[in-house]
Amino acid sequence: MIARTAPGPARRSKRVLPGFGLTMGMVLTYLGVIVLLPVVALVLKGADIGPARFWAIVTAPRTLAALRLTLLAAGIATVVNTLYGLLMAWVLVRYDFPGKRFLDAMVDIPFALPTAVAGLSLSALFAASGWYGAILEPMGIQVVYTIWGVAAAMSFTSIPFVIRTVQPVLEDLDPQFEQAAVTLGAHPFTIFRRVILPAIAPALLVGVTLSFARSLGEFGAVVFIAGNLPMKTEIASLLAVIRLEEYDYNGAAVIALTLLAIALVLLGASNLLQARALRYKGKQA
Amino acid sequence: MSTAPLTAPGALAPRASRLGPRLLIGAALLMTLLMVVVPMAFIFHRAFAEGWRLFAENILAPDTLHAIGLTTLVAVIVVPVNVAFGIAAAWAIARFRFVGRKTLLTLIEIPFSISPIIAGICYLLLYGRQGLLGPTLLSHDIQILFALPGIVLVTLFVTSPFVVREVLPLMQAQGSEQEQAALTLGASGWQVFRRVTLPNIRWALLYGAILCTARAVGEYGGVSVVSGNVRGQTNTLPLQIDLLFNDLNVAGAFAAATTLTLLALVILVLKTVMESRRG
Repeated sequence: MIARTAPGPARRSKRVLPGFGLTMGMVLTYLGVIVLLPVVALVLKGADIGPARFWAIVTAPRTLAALRLTLLAAGIATVVNTLYGLLMAWVLVRYDFPGKRFLDAMVDIPFALPTAVAGLSLSALFAASGWYGAILEPMGIQVVYTIWGVAAAMSFTSIPFVIRTVQPVLEDLDPQFEQAAVTLGAHPFTIFRRVILPAIAPALLVGVTLSFARSLGEFGAVVFIAGNLPMKTEIASLLAVIRLEEYDYNGAAVIALTLLAIALVLLGASNLLQARALRYKGKQA
Repeated sequence: MSTAPLTAPGALAPRASRLGPRLLIGAALLMTLLMVVVPMAFIFHRAFAEGWRLFAENILAPDTLHAIGLTTLVAVIVVPVNVAFGIAAAWAIARFRFVGRKTLLTLIEIPFSISPIIAGICYLLLYGRQGLLGPTLLSHDIQILFALPGIVLVTLFVTSPFVVREVLPLMQAQGSEQEQAALTLGASGWQVFRRVTLPNIRWALLYGAILCTARAVGEYGGVSVVSGNVRGQTNTLPLQIDLLFNDLNVAGAFAAATTLTLLALVILVLKTVMESRRG
């Protein structure tokens, strides 16, 4: 009797709670004004330009050079962060050592530190008179005002992504598989490639995608160290800002839309990977 | 599990390979030192390189003080607004089923996938002289760009997902039983919110607000597009650092940067404390 009546109130309860109209109204108004309206303004501007002129602006030599530099530097930064991220995730999950909690906390610094501050510090560190530049420049390695500087700034600001996506998966990974491989005489590198890598691959790919997307969009840290020479060390988002300052709104809108499209494709890919990783996990459980 | 005794890390590894873990730990520590710790410590080193007096002079320069004030003002406006938005969004999404719930979630996350500089350009194309709404607003003497409203709006855009992101999963996990019970006992909607919901989500709310503050205070790219960079007027602290750097007043730039670095460290400590508190 009691059991049969129980589902009644539970089902009705979804609407018993008040405040749906109020909160929903607040949320939609806010998102509409703060997020959607500005994005719509950009898209409308892009549509206004027309495909032929749009293409002409994207393929202009200076735009192409900026896009190439941005993609290349983001690629370098992502490779560095992937290797460093894997090392850090492994060390933080598998070993115990003094200072481990401190090391773990340090990982979050790049997200806590404003990017302009990071850019300021990196540019001074890598300058000829800075701690790093003083060592590197006599060796003939110049970082400031080169693509390496751009990559260094991008790398710093996206350090946490790979670590923080791989870490939890590695924590869940049962060491018994590795130990089985060890007993069977497998080389550590083989174990990493055949046992660990397949298990963390989906999470790693998500981390790598997020890291790359963040690097593509990074502005604050990069402009301090890049020197911003047209055709050489000028990133795409900076070129968009320069176009704005020249009152070339079309140019700015085209570059912004191109960057936005790349970011959205990457985000879509990352979401797809995440969904697949979740399905895989569900199947295992 | 039968393999339980083997799960201790390195239990099976022969003695000779003990060198491996040490090398890896050493490499991780060294890389973190070079890539993260030194760049942060270097800010304090450079700011105080020429002594405390010069540091004090730099930090008390009128334009830098004004920038600190403006940045504080922006955060004071932005954080409460996003806390309110975060609570409203979490309530609507966690407590009700409706069509388009997933779309709404995606929409909320959009600002995280748009780089701030693009957000700034969007705002310029909306409120600028040639923008969608700009001419109408300007004819009514409403100045959005190159003034406080523009800076606040872009910062709102960039930081809007932070609070929702922390509060929503918690509210979903907690379920609505307690709130239902309170309603059944005759509490009003507002009482339920204040006495039941708010205490339950307070840590997540505070955590989200902290992250939101950090981001709001440090925002550079988006704000640089819409602020107009007027010295002593629309320069926020990150913009002021850039300006001092371009003026070749590097000591001044580093002095201004110490305030933001200190704040980042405080936020990091709070974050670590709260994470251990939440388990």
